[in-house]
Amino acid sequence: MDQELSAGTDVLVIGGGAAALSAAIAAREKGARVILLECSPKHFRGGNSRHTRNMRLAHETQFAPYTGAYPEAEMWENYLKATGGEGDLELAKMVVGGSSSILAWMQTHGVRFQPALAGTLHLGRTNAWFLGGGKAMVNALFRSAERLGVQVRYDAEVVGLDVRAGRFRSAAVRIEGKTVCVPAQAVVVAAGGFQSNLAWLRQAWGPAADNFLIRGAPFDTGTLLKLLLDHGAESVGDPTQAHMVPIDARSPKFDGGIVTRLDCVTLGIVVNKNGERYYDEGEDFWPMRYAIWGRLVAQQPDQISYVFIDSKTLDRFMPSVFPPVEGRTIAEVAEKFNLPVDKVVATVEEFNRAVRPGTFDHTIQDDCRTEGLTPSKSHWALRIDEPPFYGYPLRPGLTFTYYGVKIDRNAAVIFKDGRPAANIFAAGEIMAGNILPKGYIGGIGLVIGNVFGRIAGEQAAVLSRGAERKAAV
Amino acid sequence: MDKELLAQGENLMRICNSCRYCEGFCAVWRAMEYRREFPAGDLNYLANLCHDCQECYYACQYAPPHEWDINPPLTFARMRTRSYEQYAWPAPLAAAFRSNGAVAALVTALACVLFQFGVVIFQGISALSTPVPGGDFYQVASHGALVTVFGLAALFSLAALAVGFVRFCRDIGETPFDLFSPSNLKVTLAETLRLDYLDNAGWGCSYPGEESSSLRRWLHHLTFYGFLLCFAATSVAAVYAYVFGWPAPYDYLSLPVVLGTLGGIGLLVGPAGLLILKRRRNREITDAGQIGMDTAFLALLLLASATGLLLLVARETYAMGTLLVVHLGVVMGLFLTFPYGKFVHGIYRFAAIAKFALERKRKQVLGA
Repeated sequence: MDQELSAGTDVLVIGGGAAALSAAIAAREKGARVILLECSPKHFRGGNSRHTRNMRLAHETQFAPYTGAYPEAEMWENYLKATGGEGDLELAKMVVGGSSSILAWMQTHGVRFQPALAGTLHLGRTNAWFLGGGKAMVNALFRSAERLGVQVRYDAEVVGLDVRAGRFRSAAVRIEGKTVCVPAQAVVVAAGGFQSNLAWLRQAWGPAADNFLIRGAPFDTGTLLKLLLDHGAESVGDPTQAHMVPIDARSPKFDGGIVTRLDCVTLGIVVNKNGERYYDEGEDFWPMRYAIWGRLVAQQPDQISYVFIDSKTLDRFMPSVFPPVEGRTIAEVAEKFNLPVDKVVATVEEFNRAVRPGTFDHTIQDDCRTEGLTPSKSHWALRIDEPPFYGYPLRPGLTFTYYGVKIDRNAAVIFKDGRPAANIFAAGEIMAGNILPKGYIGGIGLVIGNVFGRIAGEQAAVLSRGAERKAAV
Repeated sequence: MDKELLAQGENLMRICNSCRYCEGFCAVWRAMEYRREFPAGDLNYLANLCHDCQECYYACQYAPPHEWDINPPLTFARMRTRSYEQYAWPAPLAAAFRSNGAVAALVTALACVLFQFGVVIFQGISALSTPVPGGDFYQVASHGALVTVFGLAALFSLAALAVGFVRFCRDIGETPFDLFSPSNLKVTLAETLRLDYLDNAGWGCSYPGEESSSLRRWLHHLTFYGFLLCFAATSVAAVYAYVFGWPAPYDYLSLPVVLGTLGGIGLLVGPAGLLILKRRRNREITDAGQIGMDTAFLALLLLASATGLLLLVARETYAMGTLLVVHLGVVMGLFLTFPYGKFVHGIYRFAAIAKFALERKRKQVLGA
């Protein structure tokens, strides 16, 4: 195996998520010899892609698995609204424009789709859902890549890049206890962000980062991002920008994935460790606000919060993976959380007094709201008064970071002097910051990964075959 | 069901119900979404609704070695076997599910020996090795004796299966009348006879390995319809004998023989194929305690068919007597272990599919 690796290849792909697989498949289909290095064991392959479940794809007409048309123009508007138009609009246009071809590309490579999942029907028009979720998608792409002849290595961690005068020569790979040098004509770096690198998070966020939970596997340490930056790649984005959602504080430190989310914030009230409310829980529909709440919790003392609901609303949201903390009174629940009991009781009473009568409807922005309360709750405000009462503890759950390397429209990494690298390409979360400096719309991460993964793979293949021809002459 | 397994099942369903990535696969996931609590009866229902297609295992981000160790096919398989024991009648015979391979082998061997004794005592030892013109096996084992012995065995098995079925219905909170009302029966039969939940919209299932394949579904079809054809052959033969007074044996081209031969071929190819797939299956998803039960049932079906077909082609030779004894012993072993082996999966899964059809209808009524 060592010899196979050290013999080198045309295109080296570093990473094992959807972007890396898209690049590897595209390069192989252009005729290049491809090695893909996944740093995780086979069981945890796929990076954050294994936690995904859908892609946001433009389509001018309705067809399966979508419930309606989603024109490119509308997707573009959604993108601009979510990011404030602060991203690289040229690259963003490529993402939105390229999205319409992805469904067929994925299906060709064995990925199966289904109508939107229960509880997410509002995304059935705009997003295509993987049958079985992201891991099933990753499995299919790995199978397709290997069938095409891509050589895949697991537990293969890249620890160094030999880059001279803007040109990639080889990668140093830790595999089976040894370090192997793998030369290649071109490299595609699709190794994700640095969300699992606790030291780096602490550097960016300060001690608060110690209380973050990481929703993905512990392999996304940003080693490749760091290596590229050290070799003079231009950075994009802000290291503190990240996709962060409030998740159950009892979740594991890593890899809790989708099930740890809690969808009951809009149905109750949220207090911090001092028993105080701090933000309008009913500002907008939950899918529009959950990414804001991750940051809000991160900004509270000790990065923790508690959502309180009563028995009226317990069955009105997706079931939670951890059972709620239950009590006959608010005080009992507060005590179980070790919160200042009197303060919490007072906060709930104050909230209850401010609730105006209205007609509750969780599917619209209804007229149930508070009056004379700061902060107010603008919709779905129901008195919390029917025992038993329930509470869930919340922590910020980090999905991915936005900080990355700058690329051009060929997915080539750009150096600080403004010139693109000769044979270094980047795809996926490591470059998503070009398009998403802040904000997020559900299901666009994989689109960025696939569009730029395929571009990167094709460019790398063309380049390596050109180099081969030159060598033959 | 023991407490530990029950807790494991509840934990599984709580995690799965807050994920739901698998809901596109099979009926289990949609049935799960109808609930927020998972008492024992509901877990038994879901476990028996699971067709063991294993797609969800490969799609699961929480599958081992993830610390949550989510393994629906394995957990459901264990719960299914426990549920078989729970419904078994008479209760002491539930133990037969535990070391099912040995039990089935012993019962079959014993049946062979007893048939042999019977033939020797009533017809003399020469009956075992004397060719009979026309292959008339009633000269080796009399018609009356066979009808009596197999009739009693069949009645006992039917009674045991019926009690198990009623117990299952009670456990999952349904009455047989609701489950099998004409309209619900129609839906249930269609989904069962097509094996919809091993089909996954044409992709098949992740069996024996990760890649989806329709092979298992087709082999199950061969087995199931082979079994039905053999049953039909016996029924037609009974009509021939009792209604028309045409005694066996029948010509090679007669309806009972043609039906039986076709069914026999299905029961050769189907179980053989399933046994081969079983050997290749992923051990991470295999309930080791159940391998004996699965193998015993398939092996008995295969043997019943093989001995039956051999008997047919060798019925005019000196080997007929011995082949008949072995064939009768195997079929008797199959009959007697029907209520205490893998056969019961068909009964409980059919009822579970019926309940799922009923639940969908109730949801629609509520939604309208």
